[in-house]
Amino acid sequence: MATTAEQPTTRPIAAARRRLADRDGVLSWAFVVPSVVYIVALVGLPFGLAIAFAFSDVSAGDPSYDFVGLRNFRRVVDDPVFWRSVGNTFVFTLISMALIVLLGKVLANILVADFRGKWVVRFLVLLPWTTPVALSSISWLWLLDSIYSPIDWVLRQFGALGPVENMYWLGQPGLSMTSVIAVHVWRLTPLAAVIMMAGLMSIPKEIDEAARVDGAGYWRRMFEITIPLVLPVAAIAALFGAIFTFTDMAVVRVLTRGGPNDSTQVLASWAFYRGIDGGDVAQGAVIALFLFPLLLAAAVLILRAVRKIEVR
Amino acid sequence: MAAATSGRRYARRHLAARTGLYLAAILAALLCAAPFLWSLITAFKQNRDLYNPQNNPFLFNRPATSDHVLYLFTDTAFLTFVWNTVLVGGLVVLITLALSLPAAYSLARLDRPWSGRMAIGIFLVYLVPPSLLFLALSRMVVAVGLQDSTWSLVLVYPTITIPVSVWLLMGFLKGIPKDIEEQAMVDGYSRLGAFLRAVVPLAFPGIVAVIVFAFTLTASEFIYALAFVAPTEEMTVSTGVPTQLVRGDVFFWQSLQAAAVLVAVPIALVFNWFLDKFVAGFTMGAVKE
Amino acid sequence: MAVVEVRELVKHFDGGRVHAIDGVSLAAAGGEYLVLLGPSGCGKTTLLRTIAGLEQPTSGDVLIGGDVVTGLPPRARRIAMVFQSYALYPHKTVLANIVFPLKAAGMGRQDRDRKALWAAELLGIAPLLDRKPRQLSGGERQRVALARAMVRDPQVFLLDEPLSNLDAKLRASARDELKSFQQEVGTTTIYVTHDQAEAMGLGDRIAVLTDGTVRQVGPPKEIYDEPADKFVATFIGSPPMNLVEHDGSLVGFRPEHLLPAESLPATGVVEVPLAVDRIEYLSGDRHVYGTVWRIGERSRVVARIPATVDTPIVSGETYAFAVPERRLRFFDAESGRRRAPVALGG
Repeated sequence: MATTAEQPTTRPIAAARRRLADRDGVLSWAFVVPSVVYIVALVGLPFGLAIAFAFSDVSAGDPSYDFVGLRNFRRVVDDPVFWRSVGNTFVFTLISMALIVLLGKVLANILVADFRGKWVVRFLVLLPWTTPVALSSISWLWLLDSIYSPIDWVLRQFGALGPVENMYWLGQPGLSMTSVIAVHVWRLTPLAAVIMMAGLMSIPKEIDEAARVDGAGYWRRMFEITIPLVLPVAAIAALFGAIFTFTDMAVVRVLTRGGPNDSTQVLASWAFYRGIDGGDVAQGAVIALFLFPLLLAAAVLILRAVRKIEVR
Repeated sequence: MAAATSGRRYARRHLAARTGLYLAAILAALLCAAPFLWSLITAFKQNRDLYNPQNNPFLFNRPATSDHVLYLFTDTAFLTFVWNTVLVGGLVVLITLALSLPAAYSLARLDRPWSGRMAIGIFLVYLVPPSLLFLALSRMVVAVGLQDSTWSLVLVYPTITIPVSVWLLMGFLKGIPKDIEEQAMVDGYSRLGAFLRAVVPLAFPGIVAVIVFAFTLTASEFIYALAFVAPTEEMTVSTGVPTQLVRGDVFFWQSLQAAAVLVAVPIALVFNWFLDKFVAGFTMGAVKE
Repeated sequence: MAVVEVRELVKHFDGGRVHAIDGVSLAAAGGEYLVLLGPSGCGKTTLLRTIAGLEQPTSGDVLIGGDVVTGLPPRARRIAMVFQSYALYPHKTVLANIVFPLKAAGMGRQDRDRKALWAAELLGIAPLLDRKPRQLSGGERQRVALARAMVRDPQVFLLDEPLSNLDAKLRASARDELKSFQQEVGTTTIYVTHDQAEAMGLGDRIAVLTDGTVRQVGPPKEIYDEPADKFVATFIGSPPMNLVEHDGSLVGFRPEHLLPAESLPATGVVEVPLAVDRIEYLSGDRHVYGTVWRIGERSRVVARIPATVDTPIVSGETYAFAVPERRLRFFDAESGRRRAPVALGG
């Protein structure tokens, strides 16, 4: 080619040596190491520290470390509130997740449909998830207020409550748990709906159309095509959600602080109460550590599910 | 004739389905947004209106007042909280992207023998919850001298956002054709150059997803914010608003409700806009396939 | 002088379990159009990628312009590659796509644009410079990819099945364009394909690969007429060469050389009976399927009779066919290699 000689790009090959930026092996490490170091330093280290605290007498007043063996564990296990929290945690997690998955699926089905004003509906539906949980829980605190609750007012108008009666939504053991669960479900359902919406949309249109041509009705398509195909995504989302719910204490903390009489106390809020509010770091650590074996089991479940999906 | 009847039946059924859909949509929107609509009314109520159990809570029984909303701006550090939240969110997003984008690229593309195990290891980190770490972390925050400072949150939040972002971005990066980066390498760029100039621009939707995700997560995080930061002027919205507007047993209800609405609406607007893009991406892919 | 050369190249994947390239030595001379032809999975694409530097060989060397470039990254090899997908950067305009390699080379903005315009005009895509790749047709994308490849002034073009994403109609015209483009620019080109029509039409020389080894290298005519072994003989040609087993040898002859005896001269031919069972008409030619014997084991063969021969043939009958002796090729039945002619009985 005649133009080659005068081109400025021409340069001897030997001059261009292999630099670090060319080497996949070096780069692959250099790219991962910052994240790994960050995580090890700020997750691995405190995790180890939490275990160490569990065997110590560290408290807010006396930060010196003394090894005390299993004493903290014994004290925690002997405390009936702890066992109450364990039970509450399971009730809270299982009921919330069942409702969130169910309502999330319904909501997702509404959101993928085509209708006018969809944008506004979606905006309103998203609000519970996008509001910082502390603020939305406080809004609920007033809605569930012992005297001024607007819900009570409505019930009074319909005659379900006497003129000066109140429900005490957060004041009775069973009802307060119901309220906490309701608020948590209200807050997480939009997120579940968005995830399932993504799952619904990733179903190839041809499959649905083929079923339509075959004469399958709405419910039949729903149960024989849509649900089985969305199930893997939904299962993983549910497990993630379960872990999140299991370790979350925001709603409990704001609405009831675990009360009345620890009837809504969950492991996370109990650990916070003892460890930070009460200053007994060691006991808080022990309570928090009880979460871990359960989380590990959930992790194994999730990984199995992920692998199953990747195999398909 | 028969076709006409069955056609009419289908039309009626269709109408019923449409009506049901609209009803369901309106009901869902009401259930989700009712507390906010109601917050909006409450925020402008006078005390004497609010604290009377006989008054209709959904109407103004006395003239509306903006005193309580203004109180938020004049007598509390609300704007400081908002600024702190935006600052923390922005910085956390930057740190998250800077660390997780290269990590995701390495795990998704550079394909070392250890990539798979490393990815699972990072995933497991996500399962270690704040409620297990905050006690030890609060000690470490004290040790590095960041206690009672917004910066402690900037330091700690990426531990929540990085694992999820790495996985999110791995998915997006795997969707980018390998040819593109190899072409960039043949075109005269190093692997690093190809990553920065050809891969990163194409991963843009994933990057937006990470931005939205990391920001909403930090904005609503609660446990660390409560455990690490005590002084009011360093707090974020999540902890600051309740601290200043709940004095012992006295709740400044109207101002609290106003704060909730003022924070929720912009975030939901951004989120919804992002969802539009996200959905568009999905349907575009379906058309192309 | 060889512009590109590979010596004893070996590439294993998965720790030696997959032998993608199993000892290949090849050279492409300056300005030559070398086609790597083979079935899918034969290692031809791996070979091309190793030349490009996208794969590192397990052993052996790659030389470009006389220098050993084995350890060097792709960017240091002064090559240009066109991928099967064309790999246009979807977020950049056509112009930005074309100048992208020049930016890497640190060329000034004005020089870049001048060069890109020159390439775009050469390929007739100057009006498209502001478009995005998704607004282009398949043929236009190919031209953009070529323009981007040529602005680097590479020592060699590496093309990886660039026509396989085009539909059949476009493919023929795109092939013409590729050929005239290369003739105009004169740059050494290595072209990978599994399509023998492309290989025959484009290549100055063809290297036939299978199982990671080169079976034969030569001009298209030589590959067709003088196949080095059984694999090449049956891989090239459509329908492929007929093979008849004879005493530990294979006798091969192309379908177009198996003709009715009456249409051939009486001397210098080998007569064979052909029991016809099926006839196809393809663009004027008759493809006659049937069984032959006498020159070896009974075997199924195909004869391609040109329109100029109008001997009436019906299926179910046996006819006297013949093959000119100089058209017969002989292979060893076991190794598949070419061997000296053997006498055919009868």
